Amino acid sequence: MEVHIQLTKLRTKLFCSCNSDYRDAEPNTHLCPICIGLPGTLPVINNKAIEFATKIALGLNCQINEVMYFFRKNYFYPDLPKGFQISQYNKAGGKAFADGGKVTIRLNSNKKDILLDRIHLEEDPARLVHKGSIRTSPYTLVDYNRSGIALIEIVTEPVLSSPAEAREFLNQLKLIVQYTGISDLSLEGSLRVDANISIKGHPRAEVKNINSFKEVESALIYEIMRQKNEIKKGKEIIQETRHWDGRVTIPLRTKEFEKDYRYFPEQDLVPIIITKKNIDEIRESLPEMPYERVSRLQHQYMLSEFDAENLILDKDIADFYENGVNSDPTFGPNEFKLYCNWLMNDIVGWLNENNSKIIDTKLKPHYIVDLILNIKKGTITTKMAKTMINDMMKGKTISKILEDKDKKRISNEFILEKYCKEAIEENPNIIKDFEKNPKAFEALIGRVMAKTKGQADPKITRKILRNLLH
Amino acid sequence: MELNNLMAYELLEKIKNREITIQVVIRNAFDRIEKSDKLFHSFVNLSKEKALKKAKDFDSNIQKSRKIGRLLGLPFANKDLICVKDFPTTCCSNILQGYQPPYNASVIEKIVEQEGAIHIGNTNMDEFAMGSSTETSCYGPTYNPWDLDRVPGGSSGGAAASIISNQAKIALGSDTGGSIRCPASFCGVVGLKPTYGRVSRYGLIAFANSLDQIGPITKCVYDSALMLEIISGKDPQDSTSVDIKVDKYTEEIKKSVEKKTVGIPKEFFSDGIEPQVKNSVKNAIKKLESLGVSSIEVTIPHLEYTIATYYILCMSEASSNLARYDGQRYGKMSQNLEGDVFDVFNRTRGEKFGAEVRRRIFLGTYALSAGYYDQYYIKALKVRTLIKNDFQEAYKNCDVIIGPTMPCTAFKIGELINDPIQMYTIDILTCPVNLAGLPALSIPCGFDNDELPIGFQIIGNYFDESEILNVGYQLEQELNIFRKIPSLTKGGM
Repeated sequence: MEVHIQLTKLRTKLFCSCNSDYRDAEPNTHLCPICIGLPGTLPVINNKAIEFATKIALGLNCQINEVMYFFRKNYFYPDLPKGFQISQYNKAGGKAFADGGKVTIRLNSNKKDILLDRIHLEEDPARLVHKGSIRTSPYTLVDYNRSGIALIEIVTEPVLSSPAEAREFLNQLKLIVQYTGISDLSLEGSLRVDANISIKGHPRAEVKNINSFKEVESALIYEIMRQKNEIKKGKEIIQETRHWDGRVTIPLRTKEFEKDYRYFPEQDLVPIIITKKNIDEIRESLPEMPYERVSRLQHQYMLSEFDAENLILDKDIADFYENGVNSDPTFGPNEFKLYCNWLMNDIVGWLNENNSKIIDTKLKPHYIVDLILNIKKGTITTKMAKTMINDMMKGKTISKILEDKDKKRISNEFILEKYCKEAIEENPNIIKDFEKNPKAFEALIGRVMAKTKGQADPKITRKILRNLLH
Repeated sequence: MELNNLMAYELLEKIKNREITIQVVIRNAFDRIEKSDKLFHSFVNLSKEKALKKAKDFDSNIQKSRKIGRLLGLPFANKDLICVKDFPTTCCSNILQGYQPPYNASVIEKIVEQEGAIHIGNTNMDEFAMGSSTETSCYGPTYNPWDLDRVPGGSSGGAAASIISNQAKIALGSDTGGSIRCPASFCGVVGLKPTYGRVSRYGLIAFANSLDQIGPITKCVYDSALMLEIISGKDPQDSTSVDIKVDKYTEEIKKSVEKKTVGIPKEFFSDGIEPQVKNSVKNAIKKLESLGVSSIEVTIPHLEYTIATYYILCMSEASSNLARYDGQRYGKMSQNLEGDVFDVFNRTRGEKFGAEVRRRIFLGTYALSAGYYDQYYIKALKVRTLIKNDFQEAYKNCDVIIGPTMPCTAFKIGELINDPIQMYTIDILTCPVNLAGLPALSIPCGFDNDELPIGFQIIGNYFDESEILNVGYQLEQELNIFRKIPSLTKGGM
C-alpha cells in the first residue's frame, strides 16, 4: 500500500508561504506564483515539514536519512502545474526521507508486524473537480488551493494478505499519526490510499483514489473478487492502474500513467541535512507512541492488555483516563479498573450514541472520580449513577446533581403537614387498610412524594404522617 | 551633449550632478531605439510609456530625495526571460505569447525598484535561451551592429546589441553555457557570468537550472562591477543563492594586478580556435604581463568531454523545466482542441515551441528515460565533477584562468543554424565554466580583419568575482579600446 497523508497541522504549504488551511476556502484563493508553478519561481523548503516528517518517521520506527535530496517526478497531468512533482526517490542516487519501519497490528488475537519500505516527503498536486463521476463529467475544474500542500507518502512492503489486515494497518497508522500530532485525519482528503493487489502468481493492479478508511476494505474486496473472476474465466490479469469510484474499480487509460517518471534531482533545492542532534531533539519532543503507552498503562495502572489497548485507541480518551485517575491520590488498582470501565463503557457509549468526541463535551476527568467516590460512600447506587451520565456529559458532577436535589427538598414541617393532610383526606381507602396492612403507610408516603414531585423530605414526611395517624 | 559614448557610471554622475535630466536620458534612449532598432532588432517589447513616466517622477523627486538610487535614471534593457511584473516576459517563444508575470524577479526588485534603473524594454534572445546566435527567437534574429549580416551571438544577443549600439546603458542577461559571454564577445562589450549562487535566480525563467546564472552586460568593467555589487547576495527566495560577503567590486577593481599569476590552459589554444582570435588574446596576455602579471600554463584535461557533458545535462534539465508549458494556465494553447487533454497538451507544445527547443526537449527526455539515465545523465554528472576538479587543480597555481571567450568571431546569419553540432561546438570555452559553477568575465581585446570584436575570457575561482573584475579592469584600461563603437551606431542615430 501507498498511503498519502497531508500534514494538515502545518500552517503553510511545503515550498511556499501560502496558508495550507484550504478546506473551507473559495477555490483558487490559497495560491501564489510558486505553488501554481509560474515560470521563474523557485521552491523554498518549509522546515516545519521536515520536523513533522521526522516525527512520523520516528513514530513508525524508521531509519531517517541524515542527508537527502528532493527529486523531480516528471509526468503530464492537468493537476500538476509544473509538469513534475517535487518528491523524493530512493533510487538513481536519491534517498528516501526514511527507510524501513513497521506498524504492529492485532487481528483475531494474532500480532503481525506490517513492515514499511520507505517514507517520502512531497507536494500534493492540485485538486480536480468533476461533476458527478470522473467518466461522465462534461468538464474538469482545477482548484490549486491544494497544490503544494505537504504530503507524506508511506509505502509498505508487500506483506498485507487480506483486506482486514489492510484495514487494521490503517487504523494503527491513523493512531500513530494522531499521537504525533502532525495531521488531523478526520479532514476530508487528508488521507489517500493507493493499493497494489495481486493474486499469487499473477500480475498486480494498482487501485488509486481510495479516499477514506472505510472504503479501503470494500475497494480491496472488490478488486480481489474481480481478479479471481478474471482468472476463473481463464483471462490474464493486466498490469494496470485502476480508479476506485466508490463502488467498483475501473481501468484508467494506460497512456495517462506511463510509468517512466524520469526521476532526477531537483537542483533548485539544496540537500536537506538532518543531524543526529536534530533527530534526538525531535525524539525528545515526541509524545509517547500508542504501542509504548499500552505497556505503560498495563504496568502503571495494573490494567489488562485488553483494557490498555482499548484506552489508547483514541489519544484524547487515554489522556482523559490518565488525568482522571491521577487527580485523586487515594486511587488504587481497584479504582483504576473502575474508572476504565466507566470511561470505556458508559462514557464512550454515550459519545458513540451522540456522535461526539470527548474533547467536545463538558465532561471533566474528575467527574468520574466523583462518581466512583459517591458510589463508594453509598450516596448513590450504580444504577442511579448510570441515570446521571447524561447530566455529567453536560457539565455536572454527581455531587452537584445531588446537591441540587437537596436544595429543592421540602423540609418545612408546616408545608409538609398540609400535603400529608391532603393525602390522608384524598385516600380514605388506604387509611382503612392502614390497621391491617403495614405497606399502606409506605403507599401514603408515595402519595405525598407524588404531590411534591419527589421533593418532600422523606424522613420528615414519615414523622408527620405517623403523628397525624396516631 | 554627447550622451552616447558615455559609460553608465559617467552618465550617472551627470544625472546626480543634475547636468542632465533623466527625462532627456530616457527620451534619448527611445529615440535611438526607434531609429536603430529597425536595423539591429535588439528589443522585442518596449516599455516607453512607463519609462517616461518614471523618468518624470524621478526628475521631480531628485531634489527632495536624500538617498539617490545607485543606478538612478539609467536606461536598463532586460533579457526577455527575467520576470518583470505586468510586462510581457516571453522567452522569445510563441508558447509564452501574452504572458505577463504577476511578480518581479529578485534582480528586477534590486536594480529597478531599489536602485532606480529605468526598464526600457525586453531584449531579444534565442528561444528559452537555447542557442548561441539569437536566431531561434520567435521574433526573428538580432543583427550584429558591427556587421548586419552577422549574428550578435547568443543567447543574450539583443542585450549585447543594445549596449554596443547605445540603446541602453546597462543590461541583464543570463548565462547557461555562455549566453552572456558569447554575445559580449561577438558584440565587443563586457559580459559577466557570476558564480552559481552569487545572484538570485528567483524570477529567471529556467532553461537549465543547475547551470543558469544572471549577470550584467555593460560597456565597461566598472559598470559591470557596479551592477554586480547590486544584484549579488543571498536571497531567501532562492535556496541555491549563497550567503557569502559581497565585495565592493567598484573599489576592488582598481587594485594593482602586479604579482598576480594567470593560468593559460593549453586546451584553450587548440587547433579549433581561429588564428586571429589566438593572436589577439596572446597580445592581451602580453599587455597583462607588462602590468607585472606572470603567466603559467595550466591544463583542463577533460575539456574534450565538455560539450557532450554540457548538452546532456542542460537538455535533461530543460526537458523538465519546460514541461510546465502546456497552455493550460498561461501563454498560448493550440486552436485545435480535438481529443483529450493530453492530445491538446501535445499539440500545443508541438505547435508553439520552436525547432531547437523541441530538439532539446526530445534529447533531454531521452537522456532521462529508464534504461538510458545511468548511461547519459549519471555519467554526465560524473564528468561534471571531473571538470570541476580540473579547475580546482589549476587554481592551485594561479589566481585566474584566461583565454579566448569564443573560438571565433561573429559568424554570418544562417551559417550554422542548420548544423546544430557545429553550433554547439562553439560553446567549448564557455560551457565548462557553467559546469564548474565558476565566475567568468568576457571583455573585448581586439578586432579581426573584418573589424569584428574578439572576446577575452577571465575565469575566477568560486565567489572570486573581485579577482576577475580586477584583472579585467586593468587590462581594459591598458588596451583602451572599450570606447570604440560600430560605425553604424555613430552620430545622432
